[in-house]
Amino acid sequence: MDFGNFGVVNFTKQAKSVAFVDYLAEGKLMGTVCKKCGKKYFPPRMDCAQCLDSEVEWFEINSKGKLITHSTVNFGPSGFEEVQPYTLGIVEFPEGVRVLAKISKKIDPATIKAGMELRPVPQKLNEERLTYEFEV
Amino acid sequence: MKEDVAVIGVGQTNFTRDCGMSVRELCFEAYKDAAQGLNLDPKDVDASIIASAPEYDKQRTPAALVSEYLGFSPSPTFYLETVCSSGTTGVRVGYSLIKSGLHDIVVMVGFQKMSELDSRIAAQVMGRGDDTMFSSPFGTTMPGGHALYAQAHMDAFGTSEEQMAKIRVKNSFYGSQNPKANYKKRLDLESCMNADLVCTPLKKFDCCANCDGASAVILASADKARKYTDKPIWIMGTGMATSELNWSSRASLTNFDSVRNAAKSAYEMAGVGPEDINVAEVHDCFTISEILAYEDLGFAKTGEGGKLIDEEATYHTGRIPVNVDGGLLSKGHPIGGTGGSQVRTIVQQLREECGDSQVKDAKIGLVQNVGGVGTYANVIIFGRD
Repeated sequence: MDFGNFGVVNFTKQAKSVAFVDYLAEGKLMGTVCKKCGKKYFPPRMDCAQCLDSEVEWFEINSKGKLITHSTVNFGPSGFEEVQPYTLGIVEFPEGVRVLAKISKKIDPATIKAGMELRPVPQKLNEERLTYEFEV
Repeated sequence: MKEDVAVIGVGQTNFTRDCGMSVRELCFEAYKDAAQGLNLDPKDVDASIIASAPEYDKQRTPAALVSEYLGFSPSPTFYLETVCSSGTTGVRVGYSLIKSGLHDIVVMVGFQKMSELDSRIAAQVMGRGDDTMFSSPFGTTMPGGHALYAQAHMDAFGTSEEQMAKIRVKNSFYGSQNPKANYKKRLDLESCMNADLVCTPLKKFDCCANCDGASAVILASADKARKYTDKPIWIMGTGMATSELNWSSRASLTNFDSVRNAAKSAYEMAGVGPEDINVAEVHDCFTISEILAYEDLGFAKTGEGGKLIDEEATYHTGRIPVNVDGGLLSKGHPIGGTGGSQVRTIVQQLREECGDSQVKDAKIGLVQNVGGVGTYANVIIFGRD
């Protein structure tokens, strides 16, 4: 996998954090934690700015989190013509990180409310492309 | 009043779709407007700062081209970018170039020609103002980012869609009086409330429009300022701060920490507080942004921004007039051209040149200009003699 396999549209090919995409292929959403100071990162980063250190470990985000905010986008950027409208949400997880992703179309938009519990579910968009979305 | 660095000229083009001009011609129009009546030889300009967002430009390194077209070469010029707040970042850097003693007269020209991109490509370009590795792959957009803040603010404080609509009603009232505004139609509450949803909870009239436009601000040291004008407007304070680019990395989604930090610096430097501001220009790229600005600048308590518009306190006859030129919502928002236009309005207010929308006895004015979804923030406080 290269990083460009992540998402509906992507602008990055090479990244030290490419394992993020490999983990998605295994069905896991992962963040990183700095081995030295223990700070947790999502989005994952391979470098800790506090320690100037690049020794990190991966941790899985698989619990239910609480929805902080959301919006249904009716007019998306180029590349999203076929998938709009779609609902974006930011969810706070007990692992101590916040994650932005699409909220599953299985959930009726009228029932989406701040505070509702959601979990991240990695998905294959097609043979090559991977993403994750929030489900109940 | 600190008399270190003054604004001696402000100007802007009409903000419009399909302006019929090239970038260099747009910049010329803005500078010509700013230099009107100053009798300033282009060779007396010690340096120029060209502010814009490069992803809209076809011309590589436009600074030298604009400098050449305005007759400033061979004095130093450079390009500067903090997306939508590029213009005021240019004013801040211009201030420091003069304050340091390096230069006496610095010109900031900000521009954007957005109508050459189709709207989906423009949406993508703007969406890349969030984290391109981890957020843009989900289809983030600038309206979408502000909508996330709007929804969070509504859930936390009970801010309503009607309060947001009232912001647009006010700004369209002043936009209808501004000959340089892109959108001159007056809107009533009903048409704002019934408009199509762009991204929940924001509707069409909650959003500003892309457009073409340029603005210019001429800055001078105290000695030079007195030579060129008898109405110098002084920079009393400038604050700038940044929030995480990735929205999910931020502590708050109900206010812009960048604006709060920039405001704190600017108020401290100017030695004034929010209660001393007579007129303000804030970055209302969306109606929710103006409500957030009321709170982040201290005009209202946290969570009570909506009340300020309910009370009509931000009309030009109110307690704290805000965006009495139409704001970005009605003027239009040509990214790099926006900050200079905000500075222009405040300078004109302090010079008492604003006709029907003139705020009585305006002595201290504030500009708040934000880049991205609260990513960069500039707050600049101006005062008159």
